Amino acid sequence: MLRTPGEPVLEARGLTRRFGSLVAVSEVSLDLLPGECHAVIGPNGAGKSTLIGLIAGELVPDAGTVLLGGEDVGRLDPAARARRGLGRTFQIAELCLEFSVRRNVLLAVQPRFAGPFHFLRRAERLSQLAAHVDAALVSAGLIDRADLPAATLSHGERRQLELAVVLASRPRVLLLDEPAAGLGPSETEALANRLAALKGRFAMLLVEHDMDTVFRLADRITVLAEGRVIASGLPEDIRADRTVREAYLGEMVDA
Amino acid sequence: MAEAQATARVGLDGVVALCGLCLLAAAPPVLEHLQADYLLPTLTRMLAYGLAAAALDLVLGYGGLVSFGHGAFLGTGAYVAGALLQHASRGTPVLAWPIMVPGSTEALVILPAAAAVAGILAFLIGAISLRTRGVHFIMITLAFAQLVYFLVLAVPEYGGTDGLMLSARWRLAGLPVRGDAPRYWIALVLLVLFLLAARRAMEARYGLALRGARQNERRLLALGYPVYAIRLLAFTASGACTGLAGALLADVAMFVSPDLLSWQRSGELIIMVVLGGQGTLIGPVVGAFTLLALEEELSALTEHWMLVLGPILLLCVLLFRRGIWGQVIGAAYPG
Repeated sequence: MLRTPGEPVLEARGLTRRFGSLVAVSEVSLDLLPGECHAVIGPNGAGKSTLIGLIAGELVPDAGTVLLGGEDVGRLDPAARARRGLGRTFQIAELCLEFSVRRNVLLAVQPRFAGPFHFLRRAERLSQLAAHVDAALVSAGLIDRADLPAATLSHGERRQLELAVVLASRPRVLLLDEPAAGLGPSETEALANRLAALKGRFAMLLVEHDMDTVFRLADRITVLAEGRVIASGLPEDIRADRTVREAYLGEMVDA
Repeated sequence: MAEAQATARVGLDGVVALCGLCLLAAAPPVLEHLQADYLLPTLTRMLAYGLAAAALDLVLGYGGLVSFGHGAFLGTGAYVAGALLQHASRGTPVLAWPIMVPGSTEALVILPAAAAVAGILAFLIGAISLRTRGVHFIMITLAFAQLVYFLVLAVPEYGGTDGLMLSARWRLAGLPVRGDAPRYWIALVLLVLFLLAARRAMEARYGLALRGARQNERRLLALGYPVYAIRLLAFTASGACTGLAGALLADVAMFVSPDLLSWQRSGELIIMVVLGGQGTLIGPVVGAFTLLALEEELSALTEHWMLVLGPILLLCVLLFRRGIWGQVIGAAYPG
């Protein structure tokens, strides 16, 4: 699926962010088309995490803005952006560890039906929610762990759960911040399979270090170095690009 | 399996709570029979503090926000009740301008008024304080409470540092409230109603969002939850119910002490919550009864009772990590 036609669902325009004298992200523009997987790669310190923070709304840019489905969301906080369809995973899975696995998914399903200001009926007894929660748990392969506290899950299972949580919130755009970080080879393989199965259904912005995963999933790749975009294009072009190889890829792939 | 265990636990805590309620309900006739009904006002005081501590638990235990300023809401509730009763007995208005507010001796007016004023104060303090986190939140709630304390002391009409002696007591639905037992029943009913409503809300969608935000604010924001508004509502409701407890204290003592507004009182409320078990609602009530009973008993034994109370509290916190109630029901409250 190359270049699905249509308006971009996510657009970053000229994002710049400085920390003191360090320019972490400098005039970065990129877009994400419906159903597309756009990977952002770059060496450590290239500004990938800062870029994710700017797009999600956790960081305020010094210049530039973010458009979500054509709407300028540059001044909105993370929760407001999430309500407009931005879902994300974090470098370290962010979950409610004391809640059961099921409750974590329930928290993601809930906002799709109504705001949080309901005080009377027990959340778990709402049948219209329960069906969606069970479906999400089954497809994440976590249904047999549903009633355990999330804290009892392994690192890999927490990643699976976080992805299930984000998917259950039915985002339009998925920000994946190093989803394979800390996973073993077999877990990485399973994750790549799962993401491959999601391709086309969600627009994904993927920040990832594991080059096998990136080249397997990405429709387009943008390379950051020292806060700037040094290359952007189809995977085969990026693989062949001399600047990219010098800056980054040479030491990572086919070494 | 896990499901079955969970049900069994809920069963145990329900049974123990019900037994406690039966004991409390039996207290007035039993004490009368033993000719010990002079203890009833003390028990009423304990119920009122139990209400305040359980209300603080919404913010502290479920919201994970350590408010060091709940004394302000306790005292505000008490002063609102005191002022309404005082002005009613003197026949003067509480406020003549911009709107005319007469005094009142009607509990059905005084209690909602105390809750409303404390709730508005909590909304204002919360709206600013909740923009901060951690130690800053503790300090800013403390600062606001101190501000309220000195403001109230500066009003000579309400007794300043001497406090406010009340010459009138409230009536309920126009009928005089005679003796200590009806006051006890009012406090018990309010406490039980609060516990039922709060427990319900904490298991509903609102409660899951509030508790989820305590465990992982970043996740809740990334899911689109308006965490600030959710917390502000909890803080406001908590302040309003603490104010209700203050009004009960004013009526039972026929006296409003500025001590209710002090930071020591805010600290005592925190101790009650932690001692009894935070995030359990019933635990803080148990904590309130325990702390007040210890204070009562120890101060009768020795002048230096604080020297004894300190180590006892220290031991309780060290030995019962989940609080007394957590120890009794054998599990931390899930989330």
